[in-house]
Amino acid sequence: MHNENKVPLIRLAKRDLMEPWKVWCIRLASIVLALILGGLVMMIALPDGATPIDGYSTILAGALGKKTAIRQTVKLAVPLLGCALAIAPCFKMRFWNIGAEGQITAGAIAASYFALYWVGRVPSVLLLIIMGAAGAVAGGLWALIPAFFKAKWNTNETLFTLMMNYIIIGIVRWLQGGPWEGRPGSQIIPQFDRAATLPKVLGIHCGWIIVLILVIFMHIYMNYTKHGYEIAVIGDSVNTARYAGMNVGHVMMRTMFLSGAISGLVGFVVASGANTTLYDGVAAGVGFTSITVAWLSQLNAFAMIVISMMLAIISKGAETLQTRLAVPASISDIITGILLFCMLGCEFFINYRLIFRSSKTEKEAAKE
Amino acid sequence: MNKPCAVELRHITKRFGKVVANDSIDLSINRGEILSLLGENGSGKTTLMNMLAGIYYPDEGEIYVDGVLTSIRSPKDAFDNRIGMIHQHYKLVDVFTAAENIVLGLDEPGKLDIKAANARVREICERYGFDIDPTKKIYDMSVSQKQTVEIVKVLYRGADTLILDEPTAVLTPQETEKLFNVLRNMRADGKAIVIITHKLHEVMALSDKVAVLRKGQYIGTVNTGETSPQALTDMMVGHAVTLNIDRPRYENPVPRLTLKDVTCYDNEDVVRLDHVSFTAMGGEILGVAGIAGSGQRELLESIAGLYPVAEGSSIRYTPEGTPESELVGKTPMQIKKSGVALAFVPEDRLGMGLVGSMGMTGNMMLRSWRKGKSVFVDRKDPNALAMNIWKELEVVTPSTEFPVRRMSGGNVQKVLVGREIASSPNVLMSAYAVRGLDINTSYTIYNLMTEQKMKGVAVIFVGEDLDVLLELCDRILVLCGGKVSGIVDARTATKEEIGLMMTRVGGGKEAAAHA
Repeated sequence: MHNENKVPLIRLAKRDLMEPWKVWCIRLASIVLALILGGLVMMIALPDGATPIDGYSTILAGALGKKTAIRQTVKLAVPLLGCALAIAPCFKMRFWNIGAEGQITAGAIAASYFALYWVGRVPSVLLLIIMGAAGAVAGGLWALIPAFFKAKWNTNETLFTLMMNYIIIGIVRWLQGGPWEGRPGSQIIPQFDRAATLPKVLGIHCGWIIVLILVIFMHIYMNYTKHGYEIAVIGDSVNTARYAGMNVGHVMMRTMFLSGAISGLVGFVVASGANTTLYDGVAAGVGFTSITVAWLSQLNAFAMIVISMMLAIISKGAETLQTRLAVPASISDIITGILLFCMLGCEFFINYRLIFRSSKTEKEAAKE
Repeated sequence: MNKPCAVELRHITKRFGKVVANDSIDLSINRGEILSLLGENGSGKTTLMNMLAGIYYPDEGEIYVDGVLTSIRSPKDAFDNRIGMIHQHYKLVDVFTAAENIVLGLDEPGKLDIKAANARVREICERYGFDIDPTKKIYDMSVSQKQTVEIVKVLYRGADTLILDEPTAVLTPQETEKLFNVLRNMRADGKAIVIITHKLHEVMALSDKVAVLRKGQYIGTVNTGETSPQALTDMMVGHAVTLNIDRPRYENPVPRLTLKDVTCYDNEDVVRLDHVSFTAMGGEILGVAGIAGSGQRELLESIAGLYPVAEGSSIRYTPEGTPESELVGKTPMQIKKSGVALAFVPEDRLGMGLVGSMGMTGNMMLRSWRKGKSVFVDRKDPNALAMNIWKELEVVTPSTEFPVRRMSGGNVQKVLVGREIASSPNVLMSAYAVRGLDINTSYTIYNLMTEQKMKGVAVIFVGEDLDVLLELCDRILVLCGGKVSGIVDARTATKEEIGLMMTRVGGGKEAAAHA
């Protein structure tokens, strides 16, 4: 008879196109699974008697419980969202720009120059506009360098953009200890003048309005413009793009300039709105975390609002977790990591299904 | 059944998503026999054999090897059951010798003794009449020698059931005959041999039995001696089809595209096209024949402005009534802007002609996306065009937004050809336009090509099936190693003539005189 032992335990089979609601159910389930797994990790660190549910409610209360807490959380989400929007077109084009960190920093440097040396020369509003524009141009140019080399000599953009990050951060360190140093020996660049800081709206620097405008801009740009169409075609197949008469190198450079410019603008927002100074940690890992945001949102601009808020809540709430329940704040990184793992992993189950040895019956076929 | 049964398949079913590639198939493969597995492209032949080779695992059904129920989970299991498959795409390490490739991955204890391996390879070659040098590197070999290495590799591993997936697709008629002799030797040695093919004359010339598949269904097995090509075609297609393609003559063809000394090199400075000169006429289908990789792709891409050509090359476009223009040195966009109505159906449909992740509408936009001054793309006209093609060519898709990557091969090609023809071209180029398509869709494509010809379009049709080229085209240009081997009149040329020209430049000198 049939020798059951010889059938492989698990086999893979490709699925048909799933209905969208099912796809979102799977994604939702993966978030729940991630929170459960994160909860298990949390249990190791939690004091006796406290459950992961206490942990999560502490996180929520810490991030959204008070008005000041909400402001702090939004402040964390703003650069994440802005930067995710910046890298979205690159990723859509399959141009792996992981240099957003450096592009933020480049933007922040340019904005800081005007904040430090042009204050008083022009009215505050004009100064801020100049700072923003300078940040965007600087970030764009910084991003243009690897794109140019990629377009011209097909260099590897992943390594190139990554290495550029360390160069620009080195430049900030030099500025901190050298030409822009405030009190001699302090290694610190002085605080910006009030005229060079972003005004507050609803208690948070108005960078949040800027990024929300960027969300709408990016949504339209990616979905309805010729540029967006070119980006989508190149991301699918460079040969098809060439066949359709697109100048691939040109589009790459243009898109990277735009991406860097938005990152640079975020750099200006962070320096002028949140820090009111420039230091070597101005990007604070946002350039990397935003890759997670962009990827988890499937490059959808509106989904990025939700995801960046979610990550900001976990990050802000974890601080409260540390003070109240003595759980290290780095738990937020662990939960974010598990979240990324589960959500990217669930794409596999959207595309494939598993067939187990025991379920190899007609029922299996009927279920499809 | 007098011959002993080597492998038996019972009720084998394999599904890919909703597609049933094999539907409860029964098949037995006997020792000392050559079985042809016949079917159109996409009928499930390769899928079925891949389950014997351990590439896929069947969803349902049983496999018996020498009468014992066996489960083949991996290529290693297949070898343990002495089943070996020679795939269409060879898997060889270029910088290794033949013998090194053959012993690669063998888990023999002790030190690798390459001398002993060489000797064993030689012995196998002598036994069956192969002609390869075990110490020769793969990169020095011709396609047919590489194939020989693959076959020896399988024999070296002790396989006595051999499966060959379309082995003649890349061979010239002469090489094919050599291969067939080797296969006959192996049959005499008691091996069980399966050859997957869709070429009827090969089936008739070589095999003892023919098993026919149609759309994943097993139709039946017949003895080759008791059947005829017509009967087999009927089994393959399901109903009698005439193999005739309508070939009307266009009244007075005029020169449309004149190539002179077109030469190009690839990245490694290997010459791909060598002083190619010919004229494509409006109102004519110019077939392009040649062994795979003789410069067909480079030829079409050079004309389209996608492949850089060397100095001294000239491609002149001479439309009626308007001034002629030179295409060399122009980008695809410049060619388009200078008013050249060029349509191109490339070989790599999803990798070059279409955007797989987009629907029909998005793919129609590939031709029109730049129109107008607005920064926004126009989706309305492309959508209307998509709706039109959907209806006219009977494309099977749930909507015009359904990703074309998810469509079947025939429908993908309809979308591509439909879009290119809708641009009302003056020159229409197509590469392997019917590869992977069923007979009905193939004929749709042939008819569309002829229709364009009768409108006065210059059609350049790169094909691989000589029978089709001879029936469809007006003239046939034969490429050999990047050179024009000759141009023949398709109405009078024979397959043998063209076969010779494919292997040697000017192969039959007298044949070239027809041009």
